[in-house]
Amino acid sequence: MIERRPALTVLSHLVLVLGVLIVAFPIYLTFIASTHTAQDIVQAPMSLWPGGHALDNYWAALTGTGEGGGSNAPVGRMMLVSLVCALVITVGKITISLLSAFAVVYFRFPLRGLCFWAIFVTLMLPVEVRIGPTYQVVADLGLLNTYAGLTVPLIASATATFLFRQFFLTVPDELVEASRIDGAGPMRFFIDTLVPLSATSIAALFVIQFIYGWNQYLWPLLATTSEDMYPVVIGIKRMIAGGDAAVGWNLVMATAILAMLPPALVVILMQKWFVKGLVDTEK
Amino acid sequence: MEKRVRFRSTWLPWLLLAPQLAVIGTFFFWPASQAVLQSVQQQDAFGLSTEWVGLANFQRLFADPLYVESFTTTALFSALVAVAGISISLLLAQFADRVVRGAMVYKTLLIWPYAVAPAVAGVLWTFMFSPGVGVVAWGLRELGWDWNHLLNGRQAMALIVMAAVWKQISYNFLFFLAGLQSIPKSLIEAAAIDGAGPWRRFWTIQFPLLSPTTFFLLVINVVYAFFDTFAIVDAATQGGPGKDTAILVYKVYYDGFKALDSGGSAAQSVVLMVIVIALTVVQFRYVERRVNY
Repeated sequence: MIERRPALTVLSHLVLVLGVLIVAFPIYLTFIASTHTAQDIVQAPMSLWPGGHALDNYWAALTGTGEGGGSNAPVGRMMLVSLVCALVITVGKITISLLSAFAVVYFRFPLRGLCFWAIFVTLMLPVEVRIGPTYQVVADLGLLNTYAGLTVPLIASATATFLFRQFFLTVPDELVEASRIDGAGPMRFFIDTLVPLSATSIAALFVIQFIYGWNQYLWPLLATTSEDMYPVVIGIKRMIAGGDAAVGWNLVMATAILAMLPPALVVILMQKWFVKGLVDTEK
Repeated sequence: MEKRVRFRSTWLPWLLLAPQLAVIGTFFFWPASQAVLQSVQQQDAFGLSTEWVGLANFQRLFADPLYVESFTTTALFSALVAVAGISISLLLAQFADRVVRGAMVYKTLLIWPYAVAPAVAGVLWTFMFSPGVGVVAWGLRELGWDWNHLLNGRQAMALIVMAAVWKQISYNFLFFLAGLQSIPKSLIEAAAIDGAGPWRRFWTIQFPLLSPTTFFLLVINVVYAFFDTFAIVDAATQGGPGKDTAILVYKVYYDGFKALDSGGSAAQSVVLMVIVIALTVVQFRYVERRVNY
């Protein structure tokens, strides 16, 4: 601190506490709503203290035995779909990117510039701007309502390739020479030296991509039509489709809490990697 | 930058690149080229025949008052999201940078909304402001302000802006905090010795030195408001009331998948592509030049 200004310090804490409260308020309200019965919530204003129906609500949401007006698909199943999708997207992207970044950095071959450029272009266009034709491709391949259809189109982006390329360029050349002297081929060097060295970047990317995969909305909305392939984020949206009065808000809110728990845990528990991942992927 | 030491092989690099090229070829280049192709074609009502129409789809698009309106809506929306998101996070980051005790706690408590899915954020804010059951809507009514975003277009816009900003604050906050912490303390100390108070120091030293971060975040926030907010809009307002919150991405989706106008939707996709490419180019040029004083 530069100088002692108690008034300013108090003001700082005041503003920060206020900020934290405003940021947390929607989540607090969600949690409260998930502990009441649907009738209690509809009688506006609902109580701002936890009610006694938490276990019933979460159980009903997870197993799909609630009596809401909208969809009643079991959330347990949707959580599983979300988890599989998020993991496939994350692992797939990291694997593919490690391999291609290795090829682009450590080899010289004809058309290398073109390959690099082709990968670079994909950075520019998010899946949202080409949904129509992508949907047709996936439908033609018969991949609607499959895990492959849900995940592979989202793997087609180059953020991770660039991150790894940047990192590989900072790896000292002496390591390649050393492993060559020891008689190691390129793949040996890749697996035994390069991948372990990239552990930090991989962890950072894992956090970011997991959240990205878990939170996908537009693509699963198009690529799935059957209830047992809905990720949980889509499930929530379908639960409120019944109109204001018919919605079982207690179950919707219980589902919302369940849906944000895994990515929130990942962010909080892996905070260091999360921050690194955010900063790195946007460079 | 190039590596000095390389491996030699004619087939291995292609094998390594194959998965990536296959995926981006099938799910990126092919669809993108199809979008461009469809944007100059017109399908009949049953999808049986396609006809070459040149730029007619684009002409129809820009002659459509609804589309032009969607442009204004999107511009207003992204401006509000970017300005509100950036100012609030800068304020919080500035105070968090000052605080010595508990800085980590505040940081942890402020960053986790990043993990909340946009669709879930949309649902949460709809719930709070729902005219029937929402606690905040009830509170506003007690204060004599009638809130119903299902009828009032401005209120619907306010709702999605709040939800979008709420989700983005954590991201902006992290970047501002990192930016502020990288400013050398000696500069600020020198200014303090010269008698500049905190307010003055912020505007003459910290804010100008943060300008690369601010500019970067401006671009990121505009891109975010353009594309990532689809889920918020779909969950909270479905583009309504009327078309008051139908941003461009929502319209692409609606026209392509609900109204089944593939030519019009493809033309809109192409317009969006042009916008993203322009934004990316602007970002690269300026980030390299480093906005600074």
